[in-house]
Amino acid sequence: MDSKLIEVRWHGRGGLGAVTSAELIARAAIAEGKYAQSFPSFGPERRGAPLQAFLRISDEFIRLRTNIYTPDVVVVIDPTLLRATDVTSGLKADGKIIINSKKTPGEIKSEFGYNWTLAVVDATTIARETIRLPITNTAMIGAFLRVVDVVKLDSLVEQLHERFGSRAGGNIDALKRAYDEVAIME
Amino acid sequence: MSCRVALEASHAVAEAVRMADVDVIAAYPITPQTHIPERLAEMVADGELSAAYIPVESEHSALSACLGAVAVGARTFTTTAGQGLELMHEVVYVASSMRYPMVMVIANRALSAPLSVWGDHSDVMSVRDTGWIQVFAQNNQEAFDLVLWGFRVAEDSRVLTPVMVNLDGFTLSHVTEAVILPEQEVVNSFLPPFHYPFVLNPDKPATHGAFAAPDIYTETKISQEVALRKSKDILLQGWQEFGDMFGRHYRPVEIYRVEGAKTLLLTMGSFTETAKMVIDARRDRGELVGLVSLRLWRPFPFTEFRQAVKEADTLIVLDRSISFGGQGGPVCSEVRSALFSEPKRPVVVSFVGGLGGRDMAEEDFGYVLDRGREVAAKGSPELFETVGVRGEVSGIRDL
Repeated sequence: MDSKLIEVRWHGRGGLGAVTSAELIARAAIAEGKYAQSFPSFGPERRGAPLQAFLRISDEFIRLRTNIYTPDVVVVIDPTLLRATDVTSGLKADGKIIINSKKTPGEIKSEFGYNWTLAVVDATTIARETIRLPITNTAMIGAFLRVVDVVKLDSLVEQLHERFGSRAGGNIDALKRAYDEVAIME
Repeated sequence: MSCRVALEASHAVAEAVRMADVDVIAAYPITPQTHIPERLAEMVADGELSAAYIPVESEHSALSACLGAVAVGARTFTTTAGQGLELMHEVVYVASSMRYPMVMVIANRALSAPLSVWGDHSDVMSVRDTGWIQVFAQNNQEAFDLVLWGFRVAEDSRVLTPVMVNLDGFTLSHVTEAVILPEQEVVNSFLPPFHYPFVLNPDKPATHGAFAAPDIYTETKISQEVALRKSKDILLQGWQEFGDMFGRHYRPVEIYRVEGAKTLLLTMGSFTETAKMVIDARRDRGELVGLVSLRLWRPFPFTEFRQAVKEADTLIVLDRSISFGGQGGPVCSEVRSALFSEPKRPVVVSFVGGLGGRDMAEEDFGYVLDRGREVAAKGSPELFETVGVRGEVSGIRDL
């Protein structure tokens, strides 16, 4: 196994942009000259139903073409999924979990007993105030980039311009605000 | 300058079709192939690709429309998967028998019932004997490359046979990764304009695909068979020229760490890449294992395959489909028969895995290697074994 390989699992619901998040980070990593893969959980997707998306980033070509079973990082973009699904399944002992929640990392830790590096950001509020929609994916990308130093913030800004065109402004604000506001508890 | 971009495999296919400057696309969307026709329809609608996109009501019509397009000399593309290929089946034979060159991409999918939209190789194995040239991609770059190569060799006047490019549904079709896109000028020099030699023309009437009585049918079929076998040299030449031009080299049988290998694992498609990681790990532990993968499935590369496996004691074949009531997997069956007349040949052990999208993790490949050697050591009495299957299935082993 390539020691520089980072595997990330995103937990979202259909329509919240988890698949797009993984893809935009992969695109940014590739634009920086790195190697990356992004893919959805395979199968029918329904709006509102829990779903996963996957991301691998490495300095070398990635041969692994399986599901991600033991992620280095888990990102939960909808807080209701913490109880609905086993979001920490297979998370490495030295892994990190990034959660969209109005609670503090301390509150989440005492509620769920997580022993991983815990990062929490109120992405829903940020999204409502920036893009005026409760779609939390671009804010969660910002939180991810702060916690996992693997792709530059500017590379993502470029991807947001490319993807959202004239609507990129709010998404860039969401990205940067979450990057600044995410609370991290080692 | 070529450029390195992030592309989903489906979109890489669409880029290759665009750069090949096709004239006609007729396709019906079906999971997991959907993103390919979707992107092509968008390219045509946005004026990025000057082609006729024919939206049809079924896959049978999709390929039928393609036949008509090639008959008037159009560079033609279609794509399907799983049930779509089944519905198209009748016309699949017609395309190759009429020697109509085109490229069809299959995003490989399991067959009903029970309904499964997920990947395996049941669909392509059902058209194994239809006379198409059939190749497998292992990653997104290869999906792009093989489409370009496919047009080049299919349209060669010595080949005039359609090419089927297989890419695994979901595990390739829906994955975004880096792909190197060449300059349009380089593509143009690799892929000259299509000149179909028998274009239908009202001023020079001719009949294609006529009725054949028993006194001529055999000759038409054997001429098709001879042409397909002879096409192999052109396919290899096409890969050679592709490699010279683009720097990526393809072979009909790909080998990986086979030096001194006592045991070889044989895979096809995207599973090959994960398998390479397992081979690396085992080599690091000093095990003499290697990997062989079939890129070219039809015409079957007998010489290259026999050459690749002749020094091994054990050959473990992993199929992604079942030949019901047969030897287990169709690939294993083919491989056993290809080796039968060889004076020295490895013991062949058959596994079936990855059906209907069932993932094969690294541990699963490890299991196949260990169990395969164990079975071979006992003289391989078993017909085949299915990786990770649950329930009362031991009867298969007792056969």
